Amino acid sequence: MKRYALVSLAMAGLLFFAGYAALFIAPDESTMHAIQRIFYFHASSGWAAMEASMIVFVANILFLAKRDLKWDWLGISAAEVSVAFWSVVLITGPIWAHPVWGVWWTWDARLTLSLVIWLLYVAYLILRTLVNDPERRAVVSAIFGVFVFLGVPLDYLSIRIWRTQHPQPVVFGSANSGLDPTMAKVFFFCSGVMTVLMILLIRQRYRLERLRHEAETLSLAADERAEGAG
Amino acid sequence: MNSARAAAIVLGKEIRAEMRTRELLQTTVVFTLIVVTLFNFAFEPTPDEARRFGAGLIWITLLFAGSLMLNPSFVREQANDTIYALRMSPASAFAIVFGKTLANLIFLGITELILLPVFSLLYNVPVLPVLGRLAFILFLGTFGLVMVGTVFSAVAAQARMRELLLPLLLLPVLIPLMFAAVEVTAGLLAESPALDRTWVSVLAAFDVIFFTASWLLCDYLLEE
Repeated sequence: MKRYALVSLAMAGLLFFAGYAALFIAPDESTMHAIQRIFYFHASSGWAAMEASMIVFVANILFLAKRDLKWDWLGISAAEVSVAFWSVVLITGPIWAHPVWGVWWTWDARLTLSLVIWLLYVAYLILRTLVNDPERRAVVSAIFGVFVFLGVPLDYLSIRIWRTQHPQPVVFGSANSGLDPTMAKVFFFCSGVMTVLMILLIRQRYRLERLRHEAETLSLAADERAEGAG
Repeated sequence: MNSARAAAIVLGKEIRAEMRTRELLQTTVVFTLIVVTLFNFAFEPTPDEARRFGAGLIWITLLFAGSLMLNPSFVREQANDTIYALRMSPASAFAIVFGKTLANLIFLGITELILLPVFSLLYNVPVLPVLGRLAFILFLGTFGLVMVGTVFSAVAAQARMRELLLPLLLLPVLIPLMFAAVEVTAGLLAESPALDRTWVSVLAAFDVIFFTASWLLCDYLLEE
């Protein structure tokens, strides 16, 4: 327990420093100025969200292959965390877009894709609340999770063909694009912090799921014993 | 027993069961006609607007109709526990799911056969000149829809709130299919019809990916 408190404290320190770096260390952007600083959290949350979605898919596949409920616990934990990060992306995006593009929302490629992915993982979470038996819940949600993940490249492709208005990738983008070295350092630091936060949250959520499972098993055993006695 | 034969037997059983009551077909057909009528009250489109929005209307109607009509596919087997009989038969899980998919393809196909002329008539959008290509696109789109829908109907059948759950699971997964199908259909309904090959390949890719995924995951879906 003490270890968790220490890790959480360290995490809070990292997040605080990431905020400080984004607000004070990173240089001012020449056209967008202060509002551009939200990018350090917006884009790095996007990375963390994508990584978490990837973990959901891997956990789903491993569950179907190994039939160990542990992978199911990882699946639900990563799915919840991924929805949280996608929500951050969807909330910080419009805050940035309104002053810069003049509208809160536009049906541009990446915005649309984030919204679609958010909807898909919310559906995944709802499906899980509606199946009682833990084993069946694990199986059907793993199947749904695999279908969801397989659809994402097609979503990406269709939306890409359809339109694109989002700023072209700046990090790992074409030759002309690129970040100021200090900006890049701050951005990669923030992305790292978000990834660590994501892993920490999944870990905690996994622990909760394991305890829930234990409590469920114990209460079932207690019921059986009571029936045996009666 | 080989899978193709088993799937054909399941298909035959589905059609026989449906023909005894025609419950599913009549409900679905009437549902789609109601949606097409409501469209007029919501937008009152001129013939030009109908050309532009018609493709979207057709596919929204089919997606909604599919997410409602595919629900009984597996739920029906639970009422008298016939799902156990199906599982005990030598038919593989995929043969069962695929047989049901083909049956649903036929049912939704019949619905389209009625929907299309009615839409064309009510909104003055000629479909006869592009009928062949339109039928091809309807087939590609409907196949993907019923393939994923039948698998998800088995998923939803194992959950509570299944009537509401199926659309919730199915519609967001079908977004790329709907995207591609609407774009191609809109191209066909335009003043100078053209078949957009890029979107046709997206549609075909959707079908291939989800057919393969269903084939690989079916065994897990129906186990006890």
